[in-house]
Amino acid sequence: MINIEIDGKQIQTENGATIIEAAHQAGIAIPHFCYHKKLSIAANCRMCLVQVEKAPKPLPACATPVTEGMKVFTHSEQAVKAQQGVMEFLLVNHPLDCPICDQGGECMLQDMSVGYGGGHSRYHEEKRMVLAKDLGPLVSAEEMSRCINCTRCVRFGQEIAGQMELGQAFRGEHAEVMSFVSGTVNSELSGNMIDLCPVGALTSKPFRYKARSWELSRRRSVSAHDSLGSNLAVQTKNNRVLRVLPVENEDINECWLSDKDRFAYEGLNSAERLTRPMIKRDGQWQEVEWQAALEYAGNGLRHIANGAGAEQIGALATANSTLEELYLLQKLVRGIGSQNVDFRLRQSDFSADGKQQGAPWLGMSIADIGKADRFLIVGSFLRKDHPLLAARIRQAVKKGAQASIIHSVDDDLLMKVAHKTIVAPDALVDVLTQVSKALTAEKQGQSGSGEAAAIAKSLAGGERVTVLLGNFAQQHPQAAQLQALAQQIAALSNGKFGFLGEAANGVGGYLAQATPGANGLNASAMLATPRKAYLLLNVEAELDCANPQQAIAAMQAADLVVAMSAYKHHATDYADVLLPIAPFTETSGTFVSAEGRVQSFKGAVKPLGEARPAWKVLRVLGNLLKVEGFDQDTSEAVRDEALKGTDVAARLNNAIGGVEVKAIAAANGLQRVSEVPIYATDAVVRRSAPLQATADAAIPQAWLHSDELKKLGVQAGAMVKVSQGQGSVQLVAATDDKLPRGVARVAAGHAATAALGAMFGTITVERA
Amino acid sequence: MLSQQITTLIDKELKKYPADQRQSAVMAALRFVQDEKGWIAPEDMTDVALYLGMPQMAVYEVATFYHMYNLKPMGKYTLTVCTNLSCQLCGSGDTLAHLNKRLGIGLGEVTPDGKFGIREGECMGACIDAPLLTINNKKMCGRLTGEKIDQMLAELDGGQA
Repeated sequence: MINIEIDGKQIQTENGATIIEAAHQAGIAIPHFCYHKKLSIAANCRMCLVQVEKAPKPLPACATPVTEGMKVFTHSEQAVKAQQGVMEFLLVNHPLDCPICDQGGECMLQDMSVGYGGGHSRYHEEKRMVLAKDLGPLVSAEEMSRCINCTRCVRFGQEIAGQMELGQAFRGEHAEVMSFVSGTVNSELSGNMIDLCPVGALTSKPFRYKARSWELSRRRSVSAHDSLGSNLAVQTKNNRVLRVLPVENEDINECWLSDKDRFAYEGLNSAERLTRPMIKRDGQWQEVEWQAALEYAGNGLRHIANGAGAEQIGALATANSTLEELYLLQKLVRGIGSQNVDFRLRQSDFSADGKQQGAPWLGMSIADIGKADRFLIVGSFLRKDHPLLAARIRQAVKKGAQASIIHSVDDDLLMKVAHKTIVAPDALVDVLTQVSKALTAEKQGQSGSGEAAAIAKSLAGGERVTVLLGNFAQQHPQAAQLQALAQQIAALSNGKFGFLGEAANGVGGYLAQATPGANGLNASAMLATPRKAYLLLNVEAELDCANPQQAIAAMQAADLVVAMSAYKHHATDYADVLLPIAPFTETSGTFVSAEGRVQSFKGAVKPLGEARPAWKVLRVLGNLLKVEGFDQDTSEAVRDEALKGTDVAARLNNAIGGVEVKAIAAANGLQRVSEVPIYATDAVVRRSAPLQATADAAIPQAWLHSDELKKLGVQAGAMVKVSQGQGSVQLVAATDDKLPRGVARVAAGHAATAALGAMFGTITVERA
Repeated sequence: MLSQQITTLIDKELKKYPADQRQSAVMAALRFVQDEKGWIAPEDMTDVALYLGMPQMAVYEVATFYHMYNLKPMGKYTLTVCTNLSCQLCGSGDTLAHLNKRLGIGLGEVTPDGKFGIREGECMGACIDAPLLTINNKKMCGRLTGEKIDQMLAELDGGQA
């Protein structure tokens, strides 16, 4: 610690800190544009010039380290003169078009100009003009003349997003921020550039000219999409969500937000929203009153419970449903005598049930991930499934951590990968077994050779080892074995292991007990042995289930399907009752993130039309069916009941025992490798028009190694017939020579592939 | 695709730098491309980026920052005329006017036959010979007069034929 003085105030600060950091710690504001605490120091805007005793000239506070006894003046004559001079220069080329600028009212330049600028301009010559750029559907660069060349967006791309899509081309007077040959910005974190831009050069395309910042009311919320639990500020006007911004939380999302969390709101008011309850009568859908719809659903369920038996009723929910919804759903189902309830719709191996000591979770805090020095990431489409966790791991790797990958595809993670083993899905267990063996040998001082040994060696050399199982591993048909092996590897390297987690409430589902009880059927079994009645919560059967063919067949065969959904989707083909429920911005609720953090939120707007929060719908259903204990008045009461007497931290436990690890014989033919594309994960995201216009939302292709394509006699770019089970689809063939041979990568969760079968297993690709 | 000659030259250049800092060779690599093709197309920048393992945009930044890189075809002989202060005082305006009269083109333009192009240059550090120009960034011609320029053009034209 060293002592300095800023504006006469004595401050103790860390050696190596810069003046601006010390000032901010002490609550002293220094104007700045290019400086950002999460980015490297550029010192190119010069706005933070301050006077330092004994320095002949003003110094940039962002780039000057403090020294013992330093005296800094931020408001002295010299400092003020420097700040005014810089301000005047910045405004030389900046258009004075604040009244029509989207940033007006939340613009750093505007604020600084009021604070440090002059009342009028002495510059009467022509201003520089910079042409507009098209950066894609999310980020608008329509008025690049407003850019003050702070390069925050460029540095964000390089340092946080891991890919340099924007750069500063040309120089001096002609310097401008642009992309390479007019390419779009495709990063899954691109929206943060909008927040970072201190002026109105980069603005949000979906939000443009929708509202002024001072007209918006803010509600805090929690992301309903990935498992991170990002903190959101939902901004609304006239009972409509107009924008979503991050709320800074250093332990979770820092100050960032993934594009999915940021732009998903555009799907909230989609034309597909279900706004009135509907019943199918004689094959025709009719809008009805709530009472009629609920009674229809209640009577139907009672009829089946009394006739065919309660075990003929199954309830399925997505892991994007709130804790309250999941809790009441399972309570309702159990109340009418069935144990068939599950939220793990894309999982295919349930053999860990009963062998697991607690709810599977991340195994550590999110902050811990940034501190780990060795990573083994198994079966994860890390960048797309967990954009901000990937950014955290990227930072750790930059600081010297080693990341090793075991997976069935080799996508660019935009970070240095120490070792990787890319094999077909049925070989994953074998690879992990080898790593575990190599690690045992390594501990006995015998270094082997090969990739498994290299991974083992990397892990053995670490102090804070982290083994992470991704969505692919969790959905894998041998998920329990992978879990047991990850546990073994983590134990051998004195590390931790955990699941990255599929969705916002993946842990909450376990805490809400929305899993089958003894004699109950899990999500897979409920569809494999069709039930007579299904209760669906947020589920789009053909997109959310591990095996869409099976799911649709089961739905169509059922006597009664009650679909609680915010959207009018393909449930119209198989359901009997559609109950409009509120998405996360229109209801209060709780999500439990991958790290086990319980975060409750309030509704930001009133439900659209006659939609109602699902917990209320379930409560009324419970009352109609005369089930005990459905008299909660608030969602908080439901939450408290769900978590009563539960020590959440104690419930989280990845430990698993009694799993026999056995390699399976290699399958004949092509094996399917499938991810759920980043913008196809849940109902809201699927209906966000801007997200669906991004490159990441392109129609899935059938990706194969070029050798496999050659064997089929198909050229990349040609149409192929992809079949699984009784269904087939036509897709464009594409080559990816980083894929292992013997696999076909065909995305799931997308309408274009919904006619196919399970996410894993054999798949046929032939010439169309 | 980068030609064999270019990659050989880049490989030689890479030996000057640590193995994990391949992007240090970007300026040289762009120079080799321009020497061979006369200009640097966006596809060439992509190739250089791939070869050196750096972002395309970073290559583009370098290529646009330095004015000696041609971002469009500038003729077989690119005449870069210095227009900075010393040359201006010593008559670079006359040089440009003379070239314009002889070739019928101005700054940033190329003759229809693609033989000559004229670019504006920055100080070449040889003000003692002002006014001056360079041919393809390789050969410098100083103390220019109308006759000297005519002679130079004739030599270039002759050498071409």
